Amino acid sequence: MASKKETVPFRGTPEQEAALKKVIAELKDTKGALMPIMQHAQEIYGYLPIEVQTMISDETGIPLEKIYGVATFYAQFALQPKGKYQISVCLGTACYVKGSGSVYDKIQQLLGISGGECTPDGKFSLDSCRCVGACGLAPVMMINDEVYGRLVPDDVAGILAKYE
Amino acid sequence: MANINLKINGMAVSAPAGSTILEAARLAHIEIPTLCFLKDINEIGACRICIVEVKGAKSLVTSCVYPINEGMEVWTNTPKVLESRKKTLQLLLSNHNCSCLSCVRSGNCELQVLAKELGVDDANFYAGEKTPSEIDDSAAHMIRDNSKCILCRRCVAVCEKNQGIGVIGANNRGFKTAIGSAFEMGLGETSCVSCGQCIAVCPTGALQEKSQIDEVLAAIADPAKHVIVQTAPAVRAGLGEEFGYPIGTNVEGKMAAALRRIGFDKVFDTDFGADLTIMEEANEFVERVQNGGVLPMITSCSPGWVKYCEHYFPDMTENLSTCKSPQQMFGAIAKSYYAEKEGLDPKDIVSVSIMPCTAKKFEINRPDEAANGVPDMDYTLTTRELARMIKKVGIKFNDLPDEKFDEPLGISTGAGVIFGATGGVMEAALRTAVETLTGQELEHLDFTEVRGIQGIKEATYKVGDLDVKVAVASGLANARELLNKVKSGEANYHFIEIMGCPGGCVNGGGQPQQPGYVRNTVDIRGLRAKVLYDADAGMPIRKSHENPAIKELYATYLGKPGSEKAHHLLHTSYIKRKVNEI
Repeated sequence: MASKKETVPFRGTPEQEAALKKVIAELKDTKGALMPIMQHAQEIYGYLPIEVQTMISDETGIPLEKIYGVATFYAQFALQPKGKYQISVCLGTACYVKGSGSVYDKIQQLLGISGGECTPDGKFSLDSCRCVGACGLAPVMMINDEVYGRLVPDDVAGILAKYE
Repeated sequence: MANINLKINGMAVSAPAGSTILEAARLAHIEIPTLCFLKDINEIGACRICIVEVKGAKSLVTSCVYPINEGMEVWTNTPKVLESRKKTLQLLLSNHNCSCLSCVRSGNCELQVLAKELGVDDANFYAGEKTPSEIDDSAAHMIRDNSKCILCRRCVAVCEKNQGIGVIGANNRGFKTAIGSAFEMGLGETSCVSCGQCIAVCPTGALQEKSQIDEVLAAIADPAKHVIVQTAPAVRAGLGEEFGYPIGTNVEGKMAAALRRIGFDKVFDTDFGADLTIMEEANEFVERVQNGGVLPMITSCSPGWVKYCEHYFPDMTENLSTCKSPQQMFGAIAKSYYAEKEGLDPKDIVSVSIMPCTAKKFEINRPDEAANGVPDMDYTLTTRELARMIKKVGIKFNDLPDEKFDEPLGISTGAGVIFGATGGVMEAALRTAVETLTGQELEHLDFTEVRGIQGIKEATYKVGDLDVKVAVASGLANARELLNKVKSGEANYHFIEIMGCPGGCVNGGGQPQQPGYVRNTVDIRGLRAKVLYDADAGMPIRKSHENPAIKELYATYLGKPGSEKAHHLLHTSYIKRKVNEI
């Protein structure tokens, strides 16, 4: 089985843990508390790694699997942190027909991560998106607020190098 | 409660208010097929096999969750209904690994039966994409093959609701939805207790025990090995179902005959181990009561319960009896006392058990279960595996004569045989402990207050001038409820029996699988338990301490219960675990 336990090292602080425990203590006896607790946890940590979900499980008595099931059902919950540089490749119609799929594949290959994941050093995270409103530049990707257009897979290495 | 009148397929039906269409139809002997539905624990209307037409309703409705109302008109078998069920099955099969030729469930797969009944004929027609899946074989006791899963969620429901564990659930969404554990961990990496209740309720071959039939047959074929087998009490009460006998048929004699014909050198009975357990456990209980030991003492026969205690109540592991389970005691004695008696090297003995249980596969590899320098037990097979093995070697079970177990480890009492039902260990222990504590012979051997299939039972027995308070729980959600009361001080007892599976071993995770229809309408546990209580009532000896083979074992080998030798061979230790760690 390919366990998804090992990702980016967890860098939670005692302050974050105290904040989460306070939220759980306030909410845990109300019905349907799990979703709000998870939303607060994501605000506090930015994502919901196993360490955070285990804390929620231990404090509420809700099985870890149930929490994970909710986290993977709703798109609003992230299991991976965002990187210092957030790469977003447009897989919308115009970009896709112009070959953004192979750009996306090239980034995954170079960084050694899949879409939705973050490199172990916390530097790059990769996601796909649907149209950034620059179809004339297709295929397009963004790194944080910077837009890169008319891409071919061979451009990727050079662009990523600028962020090393 | 007032009754409600409605028409089903044109027939007038009257059913209690609050009934569902499915329940009302059943009263009129109209059976509506179901797949996901399990009464009380999985009423989610997800599979859409039970759909029916209701006059005035916009679309077909799921009868398992749709309440009846006055004047309602329902049709359960119109062409529209049958076509819809067929289409649903085709969609399920489009994402199903149809390896029916060799699938372990072929013949009693609920999906296969429905496909046949509804005439869904061409499985190869569905050549589209299938949800990617990997086989999970990380647990000691079972395998999950999601390519055969239909997402009915019965396994999820028993794990969470009956057992209070919840280590499996539905992950992801839409086409990618799959049953699994948190962070896609293998089941063996979670606090799964190996009870196997998920396997017992699975309608398809997605869940099955890790089979060791071939290893056992290979050992039997090896002339250098002395292969012995023991069978748990509950196996004789369930095995017949695999061969067409009604639920609640005792097939002890044919089972012994079959095992002999498979080629085991000796056919013994776990009931002997159960009697031995009572000797040690009753002695431990008396000692704890007389010497101010940790109370309540809790039984330790059920390996699913023991692992649950370790994960969820680690601060109560001192309450667990240090006695090994009957299977393990039997194993330790077979490789010491029996080996010496027969002049065998323990290394040449292959000890096999047939159990109604999947957690036994975990138990045999626990630490502190190898008293003679070799594992106490080598292989443990479920009741289902025994049935498969009997069929595999070509034995016609139903034609077999009734035969007896071999001596000496096949000699047992009525106390040993009731171990397989919830309350049985308590009753057997009381028969011995009360006589030990009072020094007087019991007038009545039946402790009926601790019998029956209720989840939690309590009783108080006057023993000399002591009021002995006992409790019995089966199913781990019930165990949790009981132990929380003990922890909070709301209840206190001297002695508690806990079995991991609801109803005890007769309803164990290794017992024959009955389809949802039977599970929802028949008291399977009660019928199987009756086999054991009837057997007990008919036994000439019904108290463990009067078993002549046990008496001889103590007189010539162990000394007395709780002796140093008995401790070395028959007692074990426990691990304090955490909920979210292995």
